[in-house]
Amino acid sequence: MKPGVAPPTPGVAPPTPGVAPPTPVGNGVARADYATIGRWVADGARVLDLGCGDGALLQFLVSERHASGYGIEIDDAGVLASVRNGVNVLQSDLERGLAGFDDAAFDVVLLSQTLQAMRRIEAIVAEMLRVGREAIVTFPNFGHWSHRLQVLRGRMPVSSSLPYQWFDTPNIHLCTVADFDAFLAERGHRVLDRVVLTGGRPVAFAPNLMGELAIYRFRR
Amino acid sequence: MPSFSATTGGAAPVADVDRSVGPVVSRTAHFDVPLALACGRTLPQYDLAYETYGELDAARSNAVLVCHALNASHHVAGWYADDPGNVGWWDNMVGPGKPLDTDRYFVVGVNNLGSCFGSTGPLSIDPATGVPFGSSFPLITVEDWVDAQAQLADLLGIAQWAAVMGGSLGGMQALDWAIRYPARIRNALVIAAAPNLSAENIAFNEIARQAIMTDPDFHDGNFQAHGVKPRRGLRVARMIGHITYLSDEQMDAKFGRQLREGIHFSFAPEFQIESYLRYQGEKFAEYYDANTYLRITKALDYFDPAMREGGDLARALAPATCKLLVISFTTDWRFPASRSREIIKALVRRQRDVSYAEIAAPHGHDAFLLDNPQYHAVVRAWFDRIAADGGVGGATPGVGGATPGAEGDVSPRNARPA
Repeated sequence: MKPGVAPPTPGVAPPTPGVAPPTPVGNGVARADYATIGRWVADGARVLDLGCGDGALLQFLVSERHASGYGIEIDDAGVLASVRNGVNVLQSDLERGLAGFDDAAFDVVLLSQTLQAMRRIEAIVAEMLRVGREAIVTFPNFGHWSHRLQVLRGRMPVSSSLPYQWFDTPNIHLCTVADFDAFLAERGHRVLDRVVLTGGRPVAFAPNLMGELAIYRFRR
Repeated sequence: MPSFSATTGGAAPVADVDRSVGPVVSRTAHFDVPLALACGRTLPQYDLAYETYGELDAARSNAVLVCHALNASHHVAGWYADDPGNVGWWDNMVGPGKPLDTDRYFVVGVNNLGSCFGSTGPLSIDPATGVPFGSSFPLITVEDWVDAQAQLADLLGIAQWAAVMGGSLGGMQALDWAIRYPARIRNALVIAAAPNLSAENIAFNEIARQAIMTDPDFHDGNFQAHGVKPRRGLRVARMIGHITYLSDEQMDAKFGRQLREGIHFSFAPEFQIESYLRYQGEKFAEYYDANTYLRITKALDYFDPAMREGGDLARALAPATCKLLVISFTTDWRFPASRSREIIKALVRRQRDVSYAEIAAPHGHDAFLLDNPQYHAVVRAWFDRIAADGGVGGATPGVGGATPGAEGDVSPRNARPA
């Protein structure tokens, strides 16, 4: 279960751990980010998809971009779904790092809708840039106007991109587009591309206010 | 054929009558082509006992080899008409509608060389002398087994396995197939295995061997000539081995500190675990051959494909081009998940198509023989994918002429409800 994936009804409690989710394991809020990611992944690229869920994104990149590589997933249902989808999946806890992978083993390392649920953000970003030449990260933008409005009203935001209540959310490191820009800049990472989507379409004006989903491509 | 339960420990498999291959027949293939062994000796001729389930398709593309672990055999699934209680050791995995579905795949189980269930081994008569090999039977390796299995594949008309699959020592054979016969295997399922034995693993094996070899009834391995069997040694060997197949957690859950009839300040078995181990040891000493046990534990100790490449497992796995599924179990301390991750790391370095599932199971090493929904679902999905990838045609009855189908083929039990 991807932390950012909307359950059927926003605000509905996530499935009990260990129990198969009622809906298929998803990757990304929609396929909208696939198109963007697909454009950024070179034909025949070696990719590593961290938190690959059911492997749908990897499957998409294999079929559309002739990519090859692996997905990493901790959840049993995701591992099983990935095997069913015919992608290479390795069951592992990302929090343990990427010790099983050599430096620069991949052209691109993907982290789709998982960053905000991880404990050690700096460590995983460093690991991504160690094993891959480039990193692609997507996350729900906490800076979206609807989130800001709910905070102004004194409540923790619940929306289609952040479907959980404060007490049951797996999302522990939420950030805004501006936060992530600063995070990368402070570490000297070079942003190669940045797209912010809302309703599946790119936002040109005030992305940190209008965007629901941020997609970054960056390197050391 | 002696009756035995599982490859390792645990409860004896119980046949699922509605989804079983049904009654099966053990067959024996004789080979006259000499087999050169790793130890330098040659077996001029040998027999391999095997069973088959399901039917080979017209393209001969749906064959799956199931390799056994330490003390199991070619009796993988079903039962014998004259011994219905003797259910195959992987009957929960192999059968109609099971994860390895015999409605779709032609499954071959083979007893390894040096074993004691019908293939040539220490109990067999040495044609050169007219008496049992006993201690003169050569030490064998995983590679020797796989070479012999390749001969059986030739005999059955199988140029390429859809998959070779095994748990524990069986997983090592699957890995060896992938490395040394890359053109003859499309998938390898390496379950609860390791790329080699750790010092601790070898240490446990050595204790087992010492228990056997120091039994006064061992007679330097020629106990048959003395009309005895080193039962005490076999019992202890089995007891120590059995402990390594279980988890601390599972032993506590199953036995804890339960007593049979209270404490009597004696050395008779008082705790349930003592009684259980003695029972397992007794049963094992009854059906297993001591010289076989010595040789199979040595085959485990010797297995180390990386050694041929200066310890570089990734280099050793370079020839392996098939797709691989590696599975480990969280409470397995005999071959822990970290050992499977070594295999994964090496395969990833080689950019091979590999998937890895780490199954949460409380049963220790034995988990590979037991029912576990996630484990079986992953294996089932893998075999579904092999079929979806193509190359597995429909079963064509009567085409597998080189090998008559298992007797289960004609049993109504083999028919799967539509």
